[in-house]
Amino acid sequence: MRNPLSQKIVKIQPSGIRKFFDVVSEMPDAISLGVGEPDFDTPWHIRDEGIYSLEKGRTFYTSNAGLKELKEEISRYLKRRVACTYDPGREIMVTVGGSEAIDVALRAMLDPGDEVLIPQPSYVSYLPCTALADGVPVFIELKEENEFRLTREELLEKITGRTKVLILPFPNNPTGAIMRREDLEAVAEVVKEKDLFVISDEIYSELSYLGDHVSIASLPGMKERTVLINGFSKAFAMTGWRLGYACAPAEILEQMLKIHQYAIMCAPTTSQYAAVEALRNGDEDVRQMRTAYNQRRRYLMDAFREMGLKCFEPYGAFYVFPCIKEFGMTSEEFATRFLKEEKVAVVPGTAFGDCGEGYIRISYAYSLEDLKAALAKLRAFIERLREEGK
Amino acid sequence: MREEILTFIEKNSRVDLKELAVILGTDEATVANELAQMEKERVICGYHTLIDWDKTSLDKVTALIEVRVTPQRGEGFDKIAERIYKYPEVTSVYLISGPYDLMVILEGKSLRDVSMFVTDKLSTLDQVVGTATHFILKKYKDHGTVMGQIKTDERMVITP
Repeated sequence: MRNPLSQKIVKIQPSGIRKFFDVVSEMPDAISLGVGEPDFDTPWHIRDEGIYSLEKGRTFYTSNAGLKELKEEISRYLKRRVACTYDPGREIMVTVGGSEAIDVALRAMLDPGDEVLIPQPSYVSYLPCTALADGVPVFIELKEENEFRLTREELLEKITGRTKVLILPFPNNPTGAIMRREDLEAVAEVVKEKDLFVISDEIYSELSYLGDHVSIASLPGMKERTVLINGFSKAFAMTGWRLGYACAPAEILEQMLKIHQYAIMCAPTTSQYAAVEALRNGDEDVRQMRTAYNQRRRYLMDAFREMGLKCFEPYGAFYVFPCIKEFGMTSEEFATRFLKEEKVAVVPGTAFGDCGEGYIRISYAYSLEDLKAALAKLRAFIERLREEGK
Repeated sequence: MREEILTFIEKNSRVDLKELAVILGTDEATVANELAQMEKERVICGYHTLIDWDKTSLDKVTALIEVRVTPQRGEGFDKIAERIYKYPEVTSVYLISGPYDLMVILEGKSLRDVSMFVTDKLSTLDQVVGTATHFILKKYKDHGTVMGQIKTDERMVITP
């Protein structure tokens, strides 16, 4: 029999998180700090709107790009929150989560051999999506001493004649890093000068604890070079609804929409109706959840300081990324031992790129009580490691 | 700061000072001062515990009583409200808009206990012109908390 598989897909590695997940799920009594989604339920008024749309029998397809009212609400929301102006008719499409938007944007923009700059540590899908679109991934190693921000120099260093797209994943999963306005301005200058495009994954934009999130698309001359990706999962605690969106100049969006049209048809209708309610009446929910995350973030940082665990202070998303180099183990060894000995699951930094070595990702999408219990175990664990190291 | 303190302790008044300070990104002395000040100003009126008495062996009956009263010249409703709220078995008294005037919440040991209070104490007050008593059969949610519900984390243990 012939080999049924495509070499392109066979070469792609399964997510490093997957392997660890399999180990953890065999331990029913483990405490997890490994979850990358909110612990809050979707606010009731949003769920209620989804239920209502089902009751009304709104079980049809929507247009490929999404419900008109939802696109209009997205347009208003972006104007209000990040001062970006997008035409709901031609520059916005609703996708199945931010993750579909990443895939579609890369496929719409890359020709074989085009290079894509991917800052790491970062979310697991940029590399495989680039490979699937026949692009060539080029990694930029972000550094703790820069608070895991992307600097102008790091960017310039990796640009070649084939570089086409820069992925900008901020606020960042797994580091929690954010890019301030001046950081983005420096990057934008290079992007314009070198004639690049940006795919800006802003899924954590509402979870920014140092003033409002700034979108690179709002900087002068950048809208025409940017595909802005966002969604409802993190801001409105709607991960399971699978709903995101992409905004781009009409010329790019038109091509993205073709892929979406043939591969997906349209995002789930129930979710779209719920999302309209989220954008119309959900600002207060977002504010409350952000306050709660920020409280937990401060609590974790304080606990790390007390136990002498080195960690740069992150101001975005719901992750902290402490450094575990002092224990002389790899991230994976640390995470595995921690799981075995204390039954707490964290994600090794290497799941987000090789340069995540020496770090672990801890999520604070957990109640304070849960965090407290897990931190006590972390303290016991590292004290034991320090004792062993003596 | 005040709003954040209040929002937090409204749901968890048992948090210790040091922890509250860390969570709010300030120091212990600031939180302690704010709390003391708010207690003094009666912004914070008490630190109570939410109890589901149905789960205990103690018998308790709660009733909502609608009370129509004749307000008194120069005193409005305050005087009569005070006469009612001084009874220790009365847990809440609200002045209400609509077809009646005061909403009185009462706790007693039995239905009879509550009925006796209404007929003997409440109805006999001069200004009271009518009452309607509603017994609470089941509390689903109280003070923003769903009674008896323990939420389990159903998320997958590791996600990207």
